[in-house]
Amino acid sequence: MNAPRENSIQAHGLVREFKKGPRAVDGIDLHVDPGEIYGFLGPNGAGKSTTVHMLTTLLPPTAGTATVAGYDVVKEGPQVRKAIGAALQEAALDPFLTGREHLRLQTTMHGITGEERRQRSDELLTRVGLTEAADRKVKGYSGGMKRRLDLALALVHRPRILFLDEPTTGLDVQSRTALWVEVGRLAKEEGVTVFLTTQYLEEADVLADRVGIIDHGRIVAEGTPEKLKADIARSTVEAVPANLDQRGGVAAVLERFGEQTTGYGPGSVAVQLSSSNGNLAEIVRALDAEGFVLSQLQIHEPTLDDVFLAKTGRHLEGAGDEGEPEPEQIAQPASA
Amino acid sequence: MTAIALTQTAALGGRAVIRTARQPANVVFPLVFPMMLFAVNAGGLKAATRLPGFPTDSFVAFALAVPFVQGALLATINANVEFARDIQTGFLNRLALTPVRGIVLLLGQLGGLMTIAVVQAVFYLTIGLAFGVRLASGFGGAAMLLLLELVIALGFAALGSWAALRTGSTEAVQGLFPVFFVFLFLSSMNMPRNLIEADWFRWVATINPVSYLIEAVRSLVIEGWNWEALGLGFAAAGGLSLVGFVLATRALWRRLERT
Amino acid sequence: MRDVLAVARGVSWRVLHMFFTNPAFLLPSLAFPLFFFTAFVGGLSRISKVPGFDFPSGYTAFQFVFVLLQSAAFAGVFTGFGIARDFESGFMRRLMLAAPNRGGILLGYVVSALVRWLTVASVVTVVALLAQMNIGGNGVDLFGLYALALLLNLAGTLWATGVAMRLRTQQAAPVMQMPVFLLLFFAPVYVPLGLLQGWIHAVASVNPITALLEAGRGFISGSPELTLAAFAIALGLIVGFAAWAVRGLKSAEAAG
Repeated sequence: MNAPRENSIQAHGLVREFKKGPRAVDGIDLHVDPGEIYGFLGPNGAGKSTTVHMLTTLLPPTAGTATVAGYDVVKEGPQVRKAIGAALQEAALDPFLTGREHLRLQTTMHGITGEERRQRSDELLTRVGLTEAADRKVKGYSGGMKRRLDLALALVHRPRILFLDEPTTGLDVQSRTALWVEVGRLAKEEGVTVFLTTQYLEEADVLADRVGIIDHGRIVAEGTPEKLKADIARSTVEAVPANLDQRGGVAAVLERFGEQTTGYGPGSVAVQLSSSNGNLAEIVRALDAEGFVLSQLQIHEPTLDDVFLAKTGRHLEGAGDEGEPEPEQIAQPASA
Repeated sequence: MTAIALTQTAALGGRAVIRTARQPANVVFPLVFPMMLFAVNAGGLKAATRLPGFPTDSFVAFALAVPFVQGALLATINANVEFARDIQTGFLNRLALTPVRGIVLLLGQLGGLMTIAVVQAVFYLTIGLAFGVRLASGFGGAAMLLLLELVIALGFAALGSWAALRTGSTEAVQGLFPVFFVFLFLSSMNMPRNLIEADWFRWVATINPVSYLIEAVRSLVIEGWNWEALGLGFAAAGGLSLVGFVLATRALWRRLERT
Repeated sequence: MRDVLAVARGVSWRVLHMFFTNPAFLLPSLAFPLFFFTAFVGGLSRISKVPGFDFPSGYTAFQFVFVLLQSAAFAGVFTGFGIARDFESGFMRRLMLAAPNRGGILLGYVVSALVRWLTVASVVTVVALLAQMNIGGNGVDLFGLYALALLLNLAGTLWATGVAMRLRTQQAAPVMQMPVFLLLFFAPVYVPLGLLQGWIHAVASVNPITALLEAGRGFISGSPELTLAAFAIALGLIVGFAAWAVRGLKSAEAAG
């Protein structure tokens, strides 16, 4: 087969079991189009990194198949590695080497030698803004600088597909934004397909063309951020009665306008509205008619966290800190 | 091995050397500690040369063999601690994501460690010469000594790499040091085997491969060209290297689960 | 006084609990002295045949004294490692906050080092007796030997404590360990002082450990010598290192 391979990622029924422990990845189907930025969003322990490790050939799947850049991840591992670049969860740098020495080593490992190696290193250092720090040892780099070097190392061999595993965790806002700009540029201007895992809603919202939400090793929702939110389609109204004893009454009124939900402030009552227009005025009139006085009334637009909540019954942020629930609890929303 | 693979091996070996050179403790300790022990033993056991049958009247010459073995051990343990750290930090994964062949990852590490050990050996030789030791085997013997040091270092390096790859733990690799230290002391390190009085100790020293490493180096210093001692030394070093290399290779395939 | 003892009891209980219930601490402490004893006696006993090696009780007893003193000193050094570890983990701060009298913390570490060493010394003694070590000395002589070792343990502990209190990091381990190692090994380890020659003889002659070694060997062979000098040196080391440790404690307090 001599036709050029495409820059896509496909997985069918991907499973990874570890000897001691639950299934980290439990049957994942996904498709990432060439040139797309695919956001893989989920809490800690959801299976994001394990999925990345399988797609980048670092871990063989227990079951299922996957092709990356048109190559089978199990049978054509070396070809996959030639086509991809990866910046994994740990920056994985040698503190005693300089940035330039890292690039020298990485280019050598990719078989890039001589003048081309020097040129490529200089180009990447300029691109990630590390030219001045290039000859300093990495142990003196800030977190943002390490991440930028990590990205540069992933790009030495001009990969067609880039895997980024939580690339902005622990970075300040400025560094994070700079990385987003670069990732966006790679996809839009160079046509690089980007598979990005994150636990940050904003990152997925801003950067990703499509988002897959993973929980307990399974994809629970997939689509563009707008479509996912539109499927939920409902704003949430949160009300805090001035007299907390009246929570039950306020809840009864609000439930005429939608379905009660949880996860908001203490003492508050929240409902997801069944339609989006004009309800706020009606809600205020209805509460006023019943004589309820509120200390607070807010309307929340849907977020990816609402999508996660709708699909799993838990909020995304902080969800990874919980212990592994029993499987039958996943389908049931938490009680009010 | 292709030209690319050789270049990659050299790059990885170079990294191991640079990483050691940039950590003063990893440079100074393997140079200084064996020399300290050498000084203590050479001074403290000088009287042993008066024993009937002692092969030389210079205990300095007799004891000079030990730093070559001890230094190789220290350097390779330190560098393999860094190798374990590569596994812990994910640096090995970074290398595994490149087209580099798995065996090159190991060969590069071993090559770097062997280079470090030879540089140290030149230091010990220089110190020995400065203290009046003259190699009975001459200039050729010095070259043979460095070759022997390469193989000794390969043996220790391979075993240390096996521990690093098998466990991925810096503490586990550090824990090898006392184990090897025991082998060093339960050898003909301080007394020729035929003069060891305690039967059980002589038996232990006889089955201990480290004795043959030391005796081979020692033969070049105090005897000249003792082909039997050299042969046994190379055989012991070669055996350790082969066992270590096989173990390390198997551990590498298990560690690099990549497809 | 009551406060001091209460704190000391708490600190020493914790250290000893960790020591006895943690093989990673207990086994090396036992193994290394036994190993050195075995290696030296087994590998070097022939050296006692060198003309001029006049030690009546034999090479086993000769090396037993060195190993006993070495284990005493190093039990103190290992206690210093633990103190440094406590600083790094933040536990020392908790101790300093809780202790009504911080001198009790020092005393607690000293007591725990002593108990650690007594444990090791018991095992080493049993092994030496099983190896048919000849004891020429009587009960008083043996008491003198173990008393010397006890004083060296105290000195080693106070030295390492002072270093740990000042540097407050496990990277201080070589600073604690190397001087003790050098002092022990630049002494008549393998042969009596009279059989050393050259620079090592000169160094060993001024090394305070030499007096302790020679006195200890005198005790075990039943021919006590340099007794006063040895005890004076040991007490001098203790006084000096006690001041070192106390000032180290003050430095740690000042650092917060």
